[in-house]
Amino acid sequence: MKFVVAVKQVPDTAEVRIDPERGTLIRDGVPSIMNPFDTYALEEAMKWRDELGGAVTVITMGPPQAESVLREAISMGADDAILISDRAFAGADTWATSHTLAAAVNELGDVDAVFFGKQAIDGDTAQTGPSVAASLDWPQITFVGKVRELSSKFITAERYVETGTQVVQAELPVVLTILKDANVPRVPSLRGKMKSRKAQIPVWGLSDLGLTGDETGLNGSPTKVVVTATPDPRTGGQIHQGSAEELASKLADLLLEEGGTS
Amino acid sequence: MDYMLNEDLLAIKEICVEIGEKHILPIRAELDEENKFPREIMDVIAASDLFTIYIPEEYGGTGMGSMALAVATEELSRYCGGIAVSYAANALGAMPILLMGSEAQKKKYLPQLASGEKLCAFALTESEAGSDAGGVKTRAIKDGDHYILNGTKQWITNGGEAQIYTVIALTDPDRGARGASAFIVEEGTPGFSYGKKEDKMGIRASATRELIFEDCRIPAENLISREGFGFMVAMKTLDNSRPGVAAQAVGIAQGALDEALKYAEQRKQFGVKINSFQGLQFMLADMGTQIEAARALTYAAAGLIDTGSKDIVKVSAMAKVFASDVAMKVTIDAVQILGGYGYMREYPVEKMMRDAKITQIYEGTNQIQRSVIAKAMIKEAKRK
Repeated sequence: MKFVVAVKQVPDTAEVRIDPERGTLIRDGVPSIMNPFDTYALEEAMKWRDELGGAVTVITMGPPQAESVLREAISMGADDAILISDRAFAGADTWATSHTLAAAVNELGDVDAVFFGKQAIDGDTAQTGPSVAASLDWPQITFVGKVRELSSKFITAERYVETGTQVVQAELPVVLTILKDANVPRVPSLRGKMKSRKAQIPVWGLSDLGLTGDETGLNGSPTKVVVTATPDPRTGGQIHQGSAEELASKLADLLLEEGGTS
Repeated sequence: MDYMLNEDLLAIKEICVEIGEKHILPIRAELDEENKFPREIMDVIAASDLFTIYIPEEYGGTGMGSMALAVATEELSRYCGGIAVSYAANALGAMPILLMGSEAQKKKYLPQLASGEKLCAFALTESEAGSDAGGVKTRAIKDGDHYILNGTKQWITNGGEAQIYTVIALTDPDRGARGASAFIVEEGTPGFSYGKKEDKMGIRASATRELIFEDCRIPAENLISREGFGFMVAMKTLDNSRPGVAAQAVGIAQGALDEALKYAEQRKQFGVKINSFQGLQFMLADMGTQIEAARALTYAAAGLIDTGSKDIVKVSAMAKVFASDVAMKVTIDAVQILGGYGYMREYPVEKMMRDAKITQIYEGTNQIQRSVIAKAMIKEAKRK
């Protein structure tokens, strides 16, 4: 089986603060990590590789320093990795990113499944996985909490959605987005770390993927960020005291005053 | 302090931190409370290749040696002394095979230990043979191409959990210590069973159990080295493993200091953080200094072993005695700094204090270590 895992390097949001004046992230001195949801995608792909045989290739689109998450993936047990990096990819929104990642999957060829984390903790869009599936014109199963069965032809997976669990079957090749319920990611191994230090990681740019500058990066992004703003912090509030009956009736009055309907 | 650890040692450290944070922290209190062996953590340790580091590459290991083992043991001990010893006791059990085993024994057993497929334990102590290892009573009688073992080993770390045991037994009781021999005994051998599992003060995640041999027949090829070499195998094993106990002590102490520093930064009394009080600062300073000195001595001993030096007896004993005394003192002080909270099970330092105590006792009490050190010093002085 040929599995691809798409990972993203993100700032460790546990360490990020917001600049209150400018409404932007203060990224100085914040460590970069593999998007935590992607570790479940990687584990799921490796789990099925270990079961069925084959190889797991990890890809990421990002600046040259994003290579470190690929080495981390190799230390956890991925077979190889490709960095998708080019100045022409900079400033991409989810559409341009997906278009580029899909081109990389096509370039790899004969891929059986592409695994994504359910979303990235920086942008939180959860769009890239589904959008890559659309670009490739492959079926997609999102929010996968459990892969029940995987063979060379079919996959049966459980989607954990608000209303319950959906059991979905799809033909391969397929795109999956994985929830943290799916598994417990393995710890990197010593041999994996030794291998990751020596691993040659190819860099694929615009021409390697047969794309043009109009389809990628800022130029290929239909989304434009107009303004980033921080909502005003909540102020005040009222504190009322009294018995439960008094408070219930007071609360009802207040809600009606605020323009509620009776 | 930066010890300029190479990339491999740093990788080992990172792996242990990841195992500690993700797998040990969430369950260490429960394992301690329930006296429960960390089987699932041993599986994680196996998958992360940590069992490979003390086994040469030709037998399925990564052959990184004593320093690597010390770094791993120290780092795991910061999280739980009981889990760390369950790990390190595998190296102790494998040591007789590593040091004195035949090529066939190495080929048969070491790869299974490197992969973590099987766990290992070393069995020397008996009810009447502790510091005086010469008091071993377990007998091994040659019977054709077999030996028949009879006797009981006591307080065996990883007992009941390991599948491969290196056991010291007498082949010639008339010759005392010179009549002892070392054997490999596999779990499941008829006549080999487990006795009671001990309920201990500390390192409660580790299994400590009796091994009972009743007419237990093992193949003669399981003899390590030669008849009569058992005591030498045991002493060499312990000389090589003592920096491991030292590393465990350093790790436990570091874990306690980290907790004390964290608490002293958060806790306010008289309107200020308690780490602003000089009385407490002096305690923290001593704890930090003692740990660093213990670590430096431990790394020096482990490093010397890795050079292949034969002159390791004194420094191994020094590292063990110093680091374990430091661990006891530092953990007691950590409980003191956390005050009433430190005495409560809800906080981890009382466990660390209980865990620290054994490092002064096992693999040779600190009194025995001191007499080993003194004898070595006196011998050296005579040579001059």
